Amino acid sequence: MRVLANNIGKKFNRRTIFTALTFEAVPGEVLGIVGKNGSGKSTLLRIIGGILSPSTGSMQYMLKGRSVHRDELYSMVGYVAPYLTLYEEFSAMENLQLYARIRGMRLSRDDARESLSRIGLPSDRRDPIRAYSSGMKQRMKLLFAVMHRPPLLLLDEPVSNLDSDGVEAAYGIVDEFRRQSTVIIATNDAGDIAHCDRIISVEA
Amino acid sequence: MLRQALAIFRKDLESELRTRYAVNALLMFVVVTISVIVFSLAGEVLTIGAMTGMLWVVMFFAAMSGLSRVFVAEEERGTAMTLQLLASPMAVYLGKLLFNIVLVLGLNALIVVLFLLTMEQFTIRQADMFAVVMLFGGLGIATSTTIIAAIIARANTKGTLFPVLAFPVLLPLLMAGISGTNIAVEGGTWNSVWPDLQLLGSYIVVVTTVSFMLFDFVWKD
Repeated sequence: MRVLANNIGKKFNRRTIFTALTFEAVPGEVLGIVGKNGSGKSTLLRIIGGILSPSTGSMQYMLKGRSVHRDELYSMVGYVAPYLTLYEEFSAMENLQLYARIRGMRLSRDDARESLSRIGLPSDRRDPIRAYSSGMKQRMKLLFAVMHRPPLLLLDEPVSNLDSDGVEAAYGIVDEFRRQSTVIIATNDAGDIAHCDRIISVEA
Repeated sequence: MLRQALAIFRKDLESELRTRYAVNALLMFVVVTISVIVFSLAGEVLTIGAMTGMLWVVMFFAAMSGLSRVFVAEEERGTAMTLQLLASPMAVYLGKLLFNIVLVLGLNALIVVLFLLTMEQFTIRQADMFAVVMLFGGLGIATSTTIIAAIIARANTKGTLFPVLAFPVLLPLLMAGISGTNIAVEGGTWNSVWPDLQLLGSYIVVVTTVSFMLFDFVWKD
């Protein structure tokens, strides 16, 4: 998916987060967004994902030559972020089946088990994921973000809380998706930046 | 969209059965309120108008204490954004509305049963008419409280704001509901209850239509 940001800015009440950002992200590349803490990296990612609307400027999305409306974005975006919360009263398997059901995907128990194993999570645990470590939850978020093969993958600090195996799995996902999708990473982590093809900086 | 809505409804139902966020609060409220009414009456005989008025007061405040949970819980647990990324706004609204309809109809049925068991003077002469008024009343409460819950979910003072916003919106429904219930309890004719049913039906259609139009703006930034 081609993403075009045209002179976008964001204000919350009277506080300006950032102004006049213009950039483009295209399939086959990984775009990095860097900036100081509080500069608005996460806000920008939310705007790109259609969760927030920009205060000024406009966003445009093109997929296979067709313009995509903001209302359709939810089905085309995979999103990983520390502030994204899973349904913690359900087990990993139940969460996976719930996500698949809402997305209208067919997912057998065997498929779900295989998906969990692939990301390094135990497929036989039945306890609610509130008992999981933050690293395990992060792995689940990565799995949920890519299970519907989205053309736009937005990653906000994708390797936070992950151990070395988890980091390897996360970068494996980035490398897999960079071939077919547009990947945008908001980060200040040197490892994440090394996986980006192009960097833009956000300043207040 | 309907499949997504049903999946969200099922998610809410399973989550509620597991966490009992709304159900426990509602059950406690209903039992305590009806107990207080029974003890405070101490055998005093009330008019039918007063009885049906009290029935609707209990139903209104029970709805106020639990129906906002559908959206407030998503905000408090931080899963609202997850849901925004998973489903279309219309599917979210429809799923939440379905859940509130099931909750309010079950709750109202329980309140009526408890009223019948604890208050000797409360007898229903036109049971089928009473059921229709309760069904329309329940649907009206669910439709209006669902959109109001979505509006107040992000506010800091959501507990106070919910009944304050809901009361003026629900006032026409309460008046028609109380009037229709009076007629059913007294054993009136279908002709006499028809204007109330028309008002309740129109209310449901108008609120549902407005909700569908508004929800996109309420749900997203």
